[in-house]
Amino acid sequence: MELLIQTLIIGGTGLVCAAILAVAARFLSVHEDPRVEAVGNLLPGINCGTCGFAGCGEYARDIVLHGAPINLCKPGGSEIAAKIGASIGVQVPTDERQVAIVLCKGDDGAVKRGVDYNGLLDCSAAQQIGGNGKPCRYGCMGLASCARSCPVGAIEIRKGLAIVHPDLCISCAKCVSVCPRKLIRMIPESRSIHVLCSSMDRGPDVRKVCSVGCIACTLCAKAVNNQGISMKNNLAVVDYSVPLSDEGVIAKCPQHTLEKRVGGKGVCA
Amino acid sequence: MITLGALFNPRGGIHPAYHKDSTESLPVEAMPVPKSLYVALNQHLGAPSKPVVKKGDVVVRGQPLAEPAGYVSSWVHAPTSGVIRSVESRLTASGQLGPVVEIEADGRDEGLPCTSAPAEWRNLPARELVEMVLAGGVIGMGGAGFPTQVKLLPPQGKVIHTLIINGAECEPYLTADYRIMIEQSEKIRQGVEILHRILNATKVFIAVEDNKPAAISALEKAFRDFAGELAIVVVKTKYPQGAEKQLIYSCTRREVPSGGLPMDVGALVENVGTATAIVDAVVAHRPLVERIVTVTGDAIGQPKNVLARTGTSFRDLIAFCGGIRGNPGKVICGGPMMGVAQSSIDVGMNKTTSGLLLLSRAQIQQYSSMPCIGCGRCVQACPSGLLPCFLSENIEAENYGEAEALNVLDCIECGACAFECPAHRPLVQHMRMGKAKVLQRRRQREAKAGQKEKAS
Amino acid sequence: MTDSSAGWIVSPSPHTHSGDSVSRIMITVIVALVPSLVAGVIVFGWDTIRLTTICVATCVVAEYIVRTMMRRDIGITDWSAVVTGILLALNLPPTLPGWMAIVGSLSAIVVAKQLYGGIGYNLFNPALVGRCVLLISFPVAMTTWAVPAFVPNASAVDATTMATPLGAWKTAWASGNAPASFFETYPIRSLILGNRPGCVGETSVVALLLGGLILLWRRCISWHTPVLFIGTVAVFAGVLHQADPARNLPAAYHVFSGGIFLGAFFMATDMVTTPVTRSGMLIFGAGCGLITMIIRKWGGYPEGVSFSILIMNALTPLINRFTRPRTFGHKGREMEK
Repeated sequence: MELLIQTLIIGGTGLVCAAILAVAARFLSVHEDPRVEAVGNLLPGINCGTCGFAGCGEYARDIVLHGAPINLCKPGGSEIAAKIGASIGVQVPTDERQVAIVLCKGDDGAVKRGVDYNGLLDCSAAQQIGGNGKPCRYGCMGLASCARSCPVGAIEIRKGLAIVHPDLCISCAKCVSVCPRKLIRMIPESRSIHVLCSSMDRGPDVRKVCSVGCIACTLCAKAVNNQGISMKNNLAVVDYSVPLSDEGVIAKCPQHTLEKRVGGKGVCA
Repeated sequence: MITLGALFNPRGGIHPAYHKDSTESLPVEAMPVPKSLYVALNQHLGAPSKPVVKKGDVVVRGQPLAEPAGYVSSWVHAPTSGVIRSVESRLTASGQLGPVVEIEADGRDEGLPCTSAPAEWRNLPARELVEMVLAGGVIGMGGAGFPTQVKLLPPQGKVIHTLIINGAECEPYLTADYRIMIEQSEKIRQGVEILHRILNATKVFIAVEDNKPAAISALEKAFRDFAGELAIVVVKTKYPQGAEKQLIYSCTRREVPSGGLPMDVGALVENVGTATAIVDAVVAHRPLVERIVTVTGDAIGQPKNVLARTGTSFRDLIAFCGGIRGNPGKVICGGPMMGVAQSSIDVGMNKTTSGLLLLSRAQIQQYSSMPCIGCGRCVQACPSGLLPCFLSENIEAENYGEAEALNVLDCIECGACAFECPAHRPLVQHMRMGKAKVLQRRRQREAKAGQKEKAS
Repeated sequence: MTDSSAGWIVSPSPHTHSGDSVSRIMITVIVALVPSLVAGVIVFGWDTIRLTTICVATCVVAEYIVRTMMRRDIGITDWSAVVTGILLALNLPPTLPGWMAIVGSLSAIVVAKQLYGGIGYNLFNPALVGRCVLLISFPVAMTTWAVPAFVPNASAVDATTMATPLGAWKTAWASGNAPASFFETYPIRSLILGNRPGCVGETSVVALLLGGLILLWRRCISWHTPVLFIGTVAVFAGVLHQADPARNLPAAYHVFSGGIFLGAFFMATDMVTTPVTRSGMLIFGAGCGLITMIIRKWGGYPEGVSFSILIMNALTPLINRFTRPRTFGHKGREMEK
């Protein structure tokens, strides 16, 4: 008898709860446009936030309900934009894929370290006290803040220098904002000729601290008639909006600051 | 005039080894003008000054090198006569790159022709006195370098009724302010009189730590027959007693509200060195181009209190003080608690450089940090009443929202927490990073709110 | 622009340090535990050394292995595993079989400490977790008490075992009678000197107090927790005793018997698992005292120090949250956003 009462009480409680849940599910349910789910399923689902929305679900809702542009998903790229376009019947604007590049070539072999650093292994923290002892004040400190910010692990620290693997890059540009020395730029993936230096020091000063830094000799800019490479604050700067195909210019650089790197899928840096 | 014991004791604080004995009894020694000087244009808080000279110009001592580039900014003057070698971005004593004017001294050290006799400042209106302070390029010489004229002109509705002269000098090793109080107590009195005239403050406090009895008696002598309501406050020796907000509390028991300025509680704090610089600027029309700096530490040949021109490189200062001794490890601009470790000694000193500290490798402990063990010593040491241990953990985890809720922005970066931490956590570095990130988030939030407002 | 000849070191301020470190604190704790270990050897003999050796060795080896397996840096140089080992040994009855001590040590280091992330991250005091695991798993072995070296009233004792004062009191009253010749068997002097049955390290109040004073002198602990812990127990016990002197032990018996001193000076002051604020420490100490007395009076166990500290460990994050100091320049205490 006692057993029966106990079973009834516990079972009854369960039934009542189940009933409440069932009723709640019916009356409190949120109706969602099925297209939102469809678009959401197309998105990568990594919630990187690059599109400017709180996550993939949020972005999907905005595409369907508020007509947000469909090509904002950087990780998905044009491929996914095309799929979304097909799914909800919108034309896709075409843009070239952007990849990140670190404009510094000064790894531990090229930059002599004269000063020890004893502090947090974080770039912005080190920058607040003037850097981590690498003598170049403009170059990569190699403390990997960008690598930690990368959602897909596309940045490698090799001999104290950050290097982006363009084939893995998803164009989210998170690393760009993390770098306290503003060394990382987003460029169209087809551009292959880079000046891998950001130092605005004069040539002799650069030479003192780095064997691969731009010494502002202007040879490269002259070689291309300032078309695509120009001098700015003691530094040769590539204008990535102009296609630059003459690879002969690379050999002109006495410091080997210029380098050819191809950014397509499947090519390693 | 009266001398008071410590009125109120601010919370927290630590008692590091003070090491002041190697220089406190040494009179100030004037250093000859070196060959090259590196004058930074961002010595003060606020906008870096705009250069008014260019490469190749010939300047004389006291001639402006750069003009204020905004309301919170300052004049920068040539510390000696010579030729401008360059105006470019160089390493400064803050550890960062900044605009620097390099002067090659001609050795004659000519000054501007004397324009007027010592000013009869007692007859001048306050406004004009402030103009003279501005023209003299006077900034807070205690360390922060806040342009003095800005502090002297409170906005409408703010009244400054309490003037506090800061002679606490709570940083270990440093004795520059101590020597000023002993050797130039009369000048400090004149500075106080000028400030008194400008502000019309009803109360004046001169705060000195109780480990400096000689300075206290020198000040007592100088202020014996001072007319206004003035008290020499002997505060308890502890670090950071000389921090602005803590000193105001020690004297008035008022707390500067979070994010506010001393003028919000009607107070103004000036360092003793600044008081003497004001006298030079107002009475002698002499701009601020030199200061007393304590060169000390166990890796310096001959510790000294040096009167040196701004822009004197650390290399020259060290050479003047007997060179490097033993196996040096760190060169620090300022004191050991809040000073900046330098990566090079070819950097010019600033108007705010109160000390140059050379520590031997044996003196510096290089630590690797451990997880927090929750001992709570940082909590007891924090003068701001923060929980440094939890702040550091949250900032490490990039949990900046929680860091903001734990009032990371009220951290004064005094380093008392890191001094005490047995796990050797880089607490100050965490705080600095946290503050920067919290401010950045705040700006982003405001920008977003602004956009939304525009859209609607 | 840089001076590469002199290898300067750059680091964030401050550039000076108090000189204290975690390992120094741990070594101080070990030194402070020495008097209790000595007292344990005097009262219980070889068993003290046996248990301490087993626990310390197991703790250190377990910590080393787990850290290696988790690919973390080997943290045994901070001496914390040694402290845990000694504390656990001091919390065990002298006759406990060695393999049980090993089980307790493994629970302390592997489960309570390293699985939570190692030093600094554990929520509960590892040594106490080890003790409580043993107490629940092996209740008989954990409540069988050896006869101390110098028994004052040998007639009250059978050959090899004897009840603790609190245990004797509780067992007798469970059957409704006052214990026979209780105050002759356990004179207050023996309780203070440590000449009574109990855990290896909990019996000698004098030795524990000496260790506590060492910790206070070296600033490893503050007075707040121990004073409030012991004070609360004393007041609570005093009130009970006043209300019904026959059924409740005098306050001195509650304070000096059982593990109050070991708990108050060495366990409730464990830095990792207790509050960081002074007021939090006061609350923590008072809470420990209160729960201890509730367990002793109304609970099933004669002793409640371990459980009370573990319960308060669980409340530590909450206490920290509610005892946040007022930030300089802020009006009130802002508890939450």
